[in-house]
Amino acid sequence: MESTAQNLFELAVTVNGTRYERTVEPRMLLSDFLRHELDLTGTHVGCEHGVCGACSVLMDGRPVRSCLMFAVQANGHEITTVEGLGTIDNLHPVQKSFQEAHGLQCGFCTPGILTTVVAFLEENPDPSEEEIREAISGNLCRCTGYQHIVDAVQLAAEKMK
Amino acid sequence: MKPAPFEYHAPTTVEQALSLLAEHGYDAKILAGGQSLIPMMNFRLAQPAVLVDMNNIPDLAFIKAGDDGLRIGAMTRHYQVETSDLAAEHAPLIHATMPKIAYPQVRSRGTFGGSISHADPAAELPTLTFALDAKFRLVSLRGERWIPAREFFFGLFTTALEPDEILAEASIPPLPPHSGWSLQEVARRPHDFALVGAAAVLTLDANGRCEDARLVFLSVGDRPMFAERASDLLKGQEVTPEAIRAAAELASTEEIDPSSDIHASVDFRRHLANVLCRRAIEQALERAKENKE
Repeated sequence: MESTAQNLFELAVTVNGTRYERTVEPRMLLSDFLRHELDLTGTHVGCEHGVCGACSVLMDGRPVRSCLMFAVQANGHEITTVEGLGTIDNLHPVQKSFQEAHGLQCGFCTPGILTTVVAFLEENPDPSEEEIREAISGNLCRCTGYQHIVDAVQLAAEKMK
Repeated sequence: MKPAPFEYHAPTTVEQALSLLAEHGYDAKILAGGQSLIPMMNFRLAQPAVLVDMNNIPDLAFIKAGDDGLRIGAMTRHYQVETSDLAAEHAPLIHATMPKIAYPQVRSRGTFGGSISHADPAAELPTLTFALDAKFRLVSLRGERWIPAREFFFGLFTTALEPDEILAEASIPPLPPHSGWSLQEVARRPHDFALVGAAAVLTLDANGRCEDARLVFLSVGDRPMFAERASDLLKGQEVTPEAIRAAAELASTEEIDPSSDIHASVDFRRHLANVLCRRAIEQALERAKENKE
């Protein structure tokens, strides 16, 4: 990472398998970097202070809130956003399960929940309902009451066995 | 952009970080996991001129066990403590509490030393390190010093750290045989900051009497609140239901300083402190009786 005269930083980050190099101000949040610099608007921005979980992405496979990181801190790391999980024609099993089990209504919280759940099921392929609720405890959803989300995660766990 | 501009540094060694702090003094702020600082910067409640990012210093992330107990490097992430067998064996109270600290996304980034240095009176780690009689290694270009947790927390977000110092690691001593522990909390939602939390660490002597007791509360004052007189009340006697009630009563009426907010009144917090203190002593006592090593 190189510092330039105006306190700008050149960073190189791998997002969804593609390497990007950009020059940014250090105060740029990772969430804004993904959306504004890389046009990856699947990552949603809700509260921007670490409460809602909508902006959750994976860094080196672990869920993080992208509004509570500066983009420069992702230098040299691998980020996975919802765009990296599946495509319209080839949904990730977790995405497919959310579709089938009605795990979303308005969809605003969904990208953050999907990335969080993908990492969770890799770590815990056969979770209990309580473990699922723990895993998504950092993600607010104002539509579903969570029940269908829990159902969708259970369905995804079944599919991925 | 949400945060105000700042000058950013990402040192890769402790020495580099300390030089930056020595150079910038009060203008500099240390960025550890960022799970408390970055929200404050996003609100512009915090506008540090210089940010010293500790995330590229591998020397500060470790968990080691030895005769003197468990040593946890300041930049060790919460999830690393949560999944550490060494922590489970040598600091079971800390280990058992980790899943209660915030959410998976926060535990991926949040750090052990960051939580302690931030000194939020509602956070678990300041209170638990106090209750376990941990000590902290503080380093600066001027040298290093060890300070006990009980002398570290000065008040709301205020600690013994000088502007040129960093907290490098915490050392948590092993509990003697016949010791037990407990943390009891009530929160509006699981994982939120607790309305009240009560930690109890007890050690029994060979006759089953209380040899040592430490009752420490969270969210009921401007720092971890040590109920010293209530702890002393338990010492030297058998921990009977009457003794437990008396200690919890004393602690919750005279040794905490809760405030009212939209979530709970002072009276309700005192009530919770009383009940949770009782439960914490009871569970610690059970564990102390089982723990014969």
